[in-house]
Amino acid sequence: MTLTGQTSTRKLLYWGSHYLMIAAFVIFALFPLYWLLKVSVTPNDILYTEGVRLWPSRTSWENYAFVLTQSNFPHYFLNSVIVSGTTALVTTLIAALTGYAFSRFAFRGKVIIVALMLITQMFPLVMLIAPIFKILAPLGLTDSLTGLIIVYTAFNVPFATFLMQSFFDGIPKDLEEAAMIDGNTRFEAFRAIILPLTLPGVAATLGFVFTAAWSELLFALMLVSSESASTFPVGLLSFVSKFSVDFGQMMAAGVLALVPACLFFLLIQRYLVQGLTAGAVKG
Amino acid sequence: MASIQIENARKSYGAVDVLHGIDLNISDGEFIVLVGPSGCGKSTLLRMIAGLEDITSGAISIAGTVVNELQPKDRDIAMVFQSYALYPHMSVAENMSYALALRKTAKEKISDAISGVAEILGLTALLDRRPKALSGGQRQRVAMGRAIVRKPQAFLFDEPLSNLDARLREQMRTEIRKLHRRLGATSVYVTHDQIEAMTMADRIVAMHDGIIQQVGSPVEIYDRPANIFVASFIGSPAMNFLEGSYEIADATTAGIRLSDGALISVLPVADAKPGQAITLGARPEHISIVADAQSGGLPAKVELIEPMGLSTLVHVTLAGKPIKIFTMDRPDYPVDSFIHIAFDMAKIHVFDTASEKRLPPANAAGILT
Ligand SMILES: Nc1ncnc2c1ncn2[C@@H]1O[C@H](COP(=O)(O)OP(=O)(O)OP(=O)(O)O)[C@@H](O)[C@H]1O
Ligand SMILES: [Mg+2]
Repeated sequence: MTLTGQTSTRKLLYWGSHYLMIAAFVIFALFPLYWLLKVSVTPNDILYTEGVRLWPSRTSWENYAFVLTQSNFPHYFLNSVIVSGTTALVTTLIAALTGYAFSRFAFRGKVIIVALMLITQMFPLVMLIAPIFKILAPLGLTDSLTGLIIVYTAFNVPFATFLMQSFFDGIPKDLEEAAMIDGNTRFEAFRAIILPLTLPGVAATLGFVFTAAWSELLFALMLVSSESASTFPVGLLSFVSKFSVDFGQMMAAGVLALVPACLFFLLIQRYLVQGLTAGAVKG
Repeated sequence: MASIQIENARKSYGAVDVLHGIDLNISDGEFIVLVGPSGCGKSTLLRMIAGLEDITSGAISIAGTVVNELQPKDRDIAMVFQSYALYPHMSVAENMSYALALRKTAKEKISDAISGVAEILGLTALLDRRPKALSGGQRQRVAMGRAIVRKPQAFLFDEPLSNLDARLREQMRTEIRKLHRRLGATSVYVTHDQIEAMTMADRIVAMHDGIIQQVGSPVEIYDRPANIFVASFIGSPAMNFLEGSYEIADATTAGIRLSDGALISVLPVADAKPGQAITLGARPEHISIVADAQSGGLPAKVELIEPMGLSTLVHVTLAGKPIKIFTMDRPDYPVDSFIHIAFDMAKIHVFDTASEKRLPPANAAGILT
């Protein structure tokens, strides 16, 4: 009797502390988001007068209304969706093909290519802005969404490739060999057998590249000068004027900017769940 | 069904030569077992037949056509992988129908073929399951089924049973043999298990270090191994070896003088000179325990008695070398005691120590009668 009583208390303590720690971490991670939300719904007139409070005494949607109807934000937003979406798609496509080649084939110069791709990841971006500007300007790619897409794709391909390669490495070679013997060419086997099994990897890569492009500020700021080609991180800065910062509107825009990222992850989360390859081989 | 010819096939990975000129003719409907220790190149040879591995030089033909440059899909062969390699995102039925669907076979034909094969392999109840919901043995059957439904020119098996437990392995061994009899399909079966090789093969191909050591029926390989490697690899418990020098007594008897001076009588061999270094090979069942030295026995020290149910294995040392003796009796010699053992003269193998080749008896037929 006392023994079972003891174990159940210990179990309770164990799980209690378990959840407590998780809760602490979640609160720590989500607090800035909460603050973002809180400020965004605080009416401007009480933003500075109420002091530090967890929730304002009065809430309003006026910041959102302003951002959506009076500002350029919807336009920035659209630009960002185009740039990030295209970058994510193009990068993932390239990375899937390259990663597959790295995972499956031995070819001359493989080591050199891998080394070069690693080296590109070592330079601080700031160093590269001037040369990239020099290259893009004569091509008419500064101040354009296409230019941004090209730069983002170039920067994300190496890491995305290694990411995809590790997913392909996890899929037994026997599978596409079986498919090739069953009547597929190698490319058909890749498409029909390997790719469906790599969907978690594809989803992870899409998500990673999308968020990286979505929140990129440096190049977006340096390569683009016109309103028409600005992305939303640049747009956020427009709420900072010489004399004041429109925190309420800025935060409202920020919250809105979270929406597509959230939608995107909601869309791919099904594929992020691992275990699709279970049962392929003995084990 | 088709025959397969392999002519002087070589394989190198860069500077490493893995196969050194393989010549092999597999006739229509034959069940060939490639056997050899790990790393000898069995899988490589099989994958070259399948088209999964390039041929460095030489030629492989299936049904009379050289297939060196053909893609795997155009060779019309089926392969069962050691890992089974089932498509995890497809049901058992989809796995088995994949190849037929790619060939644009009519739906009714596919489902007929699948239910037929599922019947044979006892998979009927499992057709809608995914591979992950199957046991190892069931996955193995699905892999077999996937190969069978295609009715290919030839079947290739790469250690298909090595992931199963002993009992299941034994059962599948018989089943594969039965299937082969029923389908009459040309089959190349890779294993490093010499019992599988013995029980399943029409002909065994014994390989070592990328070279074919011997090709022959299981009995041929067992009774007349071409060299020390084949003799030691085939047979369980393994053959005993003793080193000595060749002596000639008279026209019908020769002997091997061991290092401790003992003499073991053997049939004279054609190509040995007196004094030549010889390795003597005797299977455990060709050594018997006798009463005393008068009956021609050599004294040997008992090291271990190993009961195996049906039989008993007696481990002794003779001239400092370990020897295993197979007996159907139930001996109970104390360890470290001395017994006398005798070698069956007509069954002893004589190998040239230098070349490791077997030296056949000079006129075996005359003496044996
Ligand atoms: N890609 C490769 N590069 C270099 N050497 C290789 C490569 N693939 C295989 N080998 C070598 O070729 C030899 C034969 O390999 P193989 O897989 O055919 O052996 P195996 O007889 O099937 O052995 P096992 O019984 O262990 O499966 C091995 O020594 C192996 O190290
Ligand atoms: Mg192998």
